Amino acid sequence: MRLIFAAMSHDHDHHHHHDHDHSELSETELRVRALETILTEKGYVEPAALDAIIQAYEIKIGPHNGARVVAKAWTDPAFKKALLEDGSKAIGTLGHVSRVGDHLVVVENTPARHNMVVCTLCSCYPWEMLGLPPVWYKAAPYRSRAVKDPRGVLADFDVTLPKDIEIRVWDSTAETRFLVLPMRPEGTEGWSEEQLAELVTRDSMIGTGFPRKPGAPS
Amino acid sequence: MSGTAAAAATAAIPSIPRDDDGPVFRAPWEAHAFAMALTLHERGVFTWPEWAAALASEIKRAQAAGDPDTGETYYLHWLATLEGLVARKGVASTETLHRYRDAWDHAADRTPHGKPIELKPEDFAG
Repeated sequence: MRLIFAAMSHDHDHHHHHDHDHSELSETELRVRALETILTEKGYVEPAALDAIIQAYEIKIGPHNGARVVAKAWTDPAFKKALLEDGSKAIGTLGHVSRVGDHLVVVENTPARHNMVVCTLCSCYPWEMLGLPPVWYKAAPYRSRAVKDPRGVLADFDVTLPKDIEIRVWDSTAETRFLVLPMRPEGTEGWSEEQLAELVTRDSMIGTGFPRKPGAPS
Repeated sequence: MSGTAAAAATAAIPSIPRDDDGPVFRAPWEAHAFAMALTLHERGVFTWPEWAAALASEIKRAQAAGDPDTGETYYLHWLATLEGLVARKGVASTETLHRYRDAWDHAADRTPHGKPIELKPEDFAG
């Protein structure tokens, strides 16, 4: 898939008067095109390379990189130990290419503790593991409530936890991103990494959901 | 998120999209703005801590100006951050950005509806 600019937009932030027999670009599209043209002319950006990035983040990466890591941790105790000690290093051994963020910390869910990730400042997120952040992750309600009222936020996601389970909220920064290692679902004994990876959802790695149960529709 | 969880969350937080996966980008320009930042970072124009600080202050500035900060305007802040950093780092001045913006506007004006818009030297004349 190649992304192209929409040539006919009708944004209301466009102040000029226009007839309807020619094209219109919104004020925002004009600014993006201006920037991209300048950066291309100055040699900072190659249009083909931009397209490659857009495709990689939208399609190739997605949450399945993270799912692979989680599934491997569920089946390989030595990898899990290494992962919890130094997430970036352990993931580096799998041949993932990290473009954003050098320091990835993996936090493990246990029967006594549930972890959840937020970025209260803006929206730092382990893109290279989970693809692009969902809109709600970037939104003020999630960012402001996750720390103050994690149980309330989790309830909005249909996630209810017994009162005696501690909820720990991790606030991401530009230097440190967090990935939740969810608990392996019961009834998956003897499953392969590939099978297990299918159960790992994006939200389960942010901490706003659980992995799928065996037999549940994906 | 399951369908019911998505519906519950959507009801609680208005900015949550109705699609299970959520739109990664709401418009192609958002993907372009995102990719430009990644590329400039790779070129060493800025570091991620620098970017995060600039974006955070841009969001703060927008909030102070009445932006609801619901996630929908997120990439507008992202774009403003890009423009600010590009100017501050001497890659392209604000004046240059405006000149190219006006040229693209001119190009759009002379391009019939439905045809691809291309920038030509004549677009800088006006």
